[in-house]
Amino acid sequence: MLTHHYKITKVLKGSIIHIFLMSVALTCLFPLFWMVRSALMTNETIFIDKSLFPQHLNFNNFAQAWTEGNFGLFFLNSMLYTVSVVAGIVLISSLAAYAFSRLQFPGKNFFFYMFVGAMMIPLPGSFVPLYVLMNKLGLINTRIGYILCMINVGLSMSILLLKTFFDKMPADLEDAARIDGCSKLGIWWHVALPLAKPAIAVIVIFNALSVWNEYILATLLLNDKSLMPLQRGMMVFQGAHSVDYPLLMAGLTIAAAPIILIYLLMQRHIIKGLVSGAIVG
Amino acid sequence: MKRFLVFALCLTLGLGCAPKKREPNTITLWHWMTDRQEAFEELARRYEEQTQIKVKIEVYAPSDAYSQKIIAAAQSKILPDIYGILDKKEIFASFIESDFVADLTEEFQKDNGQWEQSLFEKALNVNRFSEGNIQNIKPGIYGVPVDVTNIQMLYNKNLLKKAGIQEPPKNFKEFIAAAQALKRVGIPALVSGWGELWMIDCFASNYAFNIMGEEKVIATYRGQVPYTDPDWIKVFNIFKDLTEKGVLVEGIVTKPNKYAEQDFALERAAFAFNGSWCVNVYQDMNPNLEYGVIVPPVINEDLPARVWGGAGSSFVVNNNSSQKEKAIAFLRWLTAAEQQVYLAEETKNLPANKDALSKIPEVLSDFAKAMDKTTHPTIWPYNEFPLVTEKFTKGIQSIIIGEKTPEEVAKEVQDIKEKEMKKSKR
Amino acid sequence: MASVSTFTSPLAKFKNNFVNFSFILPAVLIFSIFYIFPFIEIFNLSLHEWNGISLHRTFVGLDNFKELMQDSIWWQSMGHAGFITLIALTFQNMVAFALALACDREIRLQRFYRVVFFIPPVLSEVVVGLIWQWILYSGMQGGEHIGLLNYFLYKTGLPHLVNNWLSNPDTALTCIAIVHCWKGFGWGFIMLLAGLQTIDRQLYEAAKVDGAGSWHTFIHVTIPMMIPVILVVVILTILGSMQVFVLVLSMVGQGLAYHTEVPVTRILAAMAGTNRFGYACAMGINFGVILVATSFILKKVSDRVKQA
Repeated sequence: MLTHHYKITKVLKGSIIHIFLMSVALTCLFPLFWMVRSALMTNETIFIDKSLFPQHLNFNNFAQAWTEGNFGLFFLNSMLYTVSVVAGIVLISSLAAYAFSRLQFPGKNFFFYMFVGAMMIPLPGSFVPLYVLMNKLGLINTRIGYILCMINVGLSMSILLLKTFFDKMPADLEDAARIDGCSKLGIWWHVALPLAKPAIAVIVIFNALSVWNEYILATLLLNDKSLMPLQRGMMVFQGAHSVDYPLLMAGLTIAAAPIILIYLLMQRHIIKGLVSGAIVG
Repeated sequence: MKRFLVFALCLTLGLGCAPKKREPNTITLWHWMTDRQEAFEELARRYEEQTQIKVKIEVYAPSDAYSQKIIAAAQSKILPDIYGILDKKEIFASFIESDFVADLTEEFQKDNGQWEQSLFEKALNVNRFSEGNIQNIKPGIYGVPVDVTNIQMLYNKNLLKKAGIQEPPKNFKEFIAAAQALKRVGIPALVSGWGELWMIDCFASNYAFNIMGEEKVIATYRGQVPYTDPDWIKVFNIFKDLTEKGVLVEGIVTKPNKYAEQDFALERAAFAFNGSWCVNVYQDMNPNLEYGVIVPPVINEDLPARVWGGAGSSFVVNNNSSQKEKAIAFLRWLTAAEQQVYLAEETKNLPANKDALSKIPEVLSDFAKAMDKTTHPTIWPYNEFPLVTEKFTKGIQSIIIGEKTPEEVAKEVQDIKEKEMKKSKR
Repeated sequence: MASVSTFTSPLAKFKNNFVNFSFILPAVLIFSIFYIFPFIEIFNLSLHEWNGISLHRTFVGLDNFKELMQDSIWWQSMGHAGFITLIALTFQNMVAFALALACDREIRLQRFYRVVFFIPPVLSEVVVGLIWQWILYSGMQGGEHIGLLNYFLYKTGLPHLVNNWLSNPDTALTCIAIVHCWKGFGWGFIMLLAGLQTIDRQLYEAAKVDGAGSWHTFIHVTIPMMIPVILVVVILTILGSMQVFVLVLSMVGQGLAYHTEVPVTRILAAMAGTNRFGYACAMGINFGVILVATSFILKKVSDRVKQA
């Protein structure tokens, strides 16, 4: 039974919570909004006009940024890298995570802790030995070299995540498949992977993010412009147009848009993945 | 979904495995100057038309990423045919010692030294190792300057007029007075990219040369004069003075140079301490800017003003390249008058070729007037230890933000200096 | 965990082990090439003095490490990273937790918030640094403030709060820490929300029946159930915050007289600024060891708490 007093407190509490949530949401959205707004202005007015919605919308900047920055080519490259690295990581880490979780073999713990330990020890400054090695293997300035390197970057975290998930998964379906005569690889492909879809969604977005925003390794390992991903193109773009703010903002918006889109599409799966215990526990 | 993954993986493996063949008539060039890429590419096109030799020009930015790449490529022995070394003379020497750089002295001296004489001596000196150099390199010229630059002070004619100043200041006292006048009408005086340590080094060095003379400065680098010497305290005091009198723009110690350039172009400050490359930047940002160039106003009227200058950017030839001849030929062509004029017009940088001077835009020629007064760390017989320079420049930042006094900084720098001297005697 | 153990012959056992091992083979292969090998090289380099180019490296044994121990700037930078981490652990995670709590009970617009809060992590650090630098810019043009924050303060009648945000040694590091929090809280939010949503609603029902107030429920029901998630968030926050550097570089460059240095920027300064690769590698190893030790301690604590 709701008394009048109770109702008021409830409404008050509710609105405070709403205000809190909304204000945080605004601080998240504002910089994004500012970036897009600035992209629509011209160099003369950008610092002077402080209004939220500029008078004249200049859409030229986007077109100009796209052509000048060679974004078409870089875009395709980034897409290629993101898709292949993510695919590679999903396959390789799920194989390994499944083995760590369900199979026995000597040295299992050693290898697992090795992977986990790698997450703790960053390698800033490893670029020289890495480069020398890549060169010896003939992987410099090749797409496959960059892809393999990026796969390595995301491997540890993905293995850890998936193993935790597999640990919590009930084994009945797998047992059933085994009794039916399915090989270990078959179980992995037909049973474990489909069940792990939510966890895989987390890994996909996490790694897609890191590959899409990466530029340090790209600059180092790739020489030809035709192989460069978007962020690398952005750095050059920034250097060439460092004083043309609206153009720069237009370029940054173009660079940020796809990843935001991917997140929007996948966010339901991601929450499911997290809820189902990929992280929890 | 799964099939898609597998397909994607196979596709990339297939694409990635395509081997990269080296074409016989191609030379590769790596650089970091994003603003000149278009001009370079146009020149490469012209060169290919004329000689059938393809020049692949790749730009890597920012310059830290470029340096990393060069270092990594050097270790793997896959440097391009032509590249630049963005570092101190010692590192240049290291490159030469490790056989990564070709000795170009003979080339320069061919035909009675024709190539050598067409270029500014100061620019060549940056790439030259002279007799008895302390890095023990065989004397000679190891690089080719493609432009020339120097760093001076610029002033905004309109803003100065607003403060009632008709003529730019001729010495430091006048400069401070001008700054005060500007302050009274609410115009910040001096902006510079002092978020970048080398810029501070440049400014301080100019005044050090002016206050105590070149010999004493070099002697300090050799360790014969301590940083606690009164003349050095005078140098540190300049920054204290500038801060206390409100001459410096807000936030100058975290300003990267490109923002400082923006500030001056957008008329947010009356004076700027910047290099001749700024002409291009200002042109892009504000074509109506009315400005002029002066040497930094001297403190000591008895000694000359010195500015940093010499080669802007230089290229070296990879000694292990299979296309050495072609690379050298290209560089020779690039520094010929016609190409230099084109570069000067397109990128508004001072040409390295003397003959091209007559055709450069006006404000650039003001910069060129000071070429005789230029000097540069790369041509000094001794250089300071990098760690000491870091302490020195960061110390000046502390003075500007009011954290430390000149005496304190002098002592700290001297302490590091003594530690480094001890280490190097090992 | 199901494991079949009907193998009797050692050959069969070996074959089984081999098959199992091959599952992790691709991962191990890639890992050894791209991680182990460079790691060994770095270890090797840390015992030498090398400028990055010359073919000659001088062996100096543990001198680099000895020098590192006395390098006050290094420990200062470690302290700065620690400061950022602390702010992240408290401010960022508390806000994330509060938001998660608010969203847990709030059904309307939940999806909207979930999306919006995760936008900052999605942006690259370069973009974030650039935009926030503009917001915090201090400087005037034509008598008007350029930076948005100062402009806003000025217009809303708080001119005395106008500050040199990124150039003032007192405020610069805090500003960087706050921007780092802004960028990172989305992760904490998502994980904490997921954790909250796995708590059995019946526990809440039971508590209400027992007559517990909302604060009491929070302390005795929510928190204990959330401990595992909280620990994961804490560890990930620490690892992520200690390694921050791209944000620092894009906001203050080589700034402010050592006030905004963090370990990774020091490593880069040693490599590029003073050309001492050996020393930089020693820094890297030292840093790694500290992180491992911290994670180890945290894991021990987490195990102990799990038992409780």
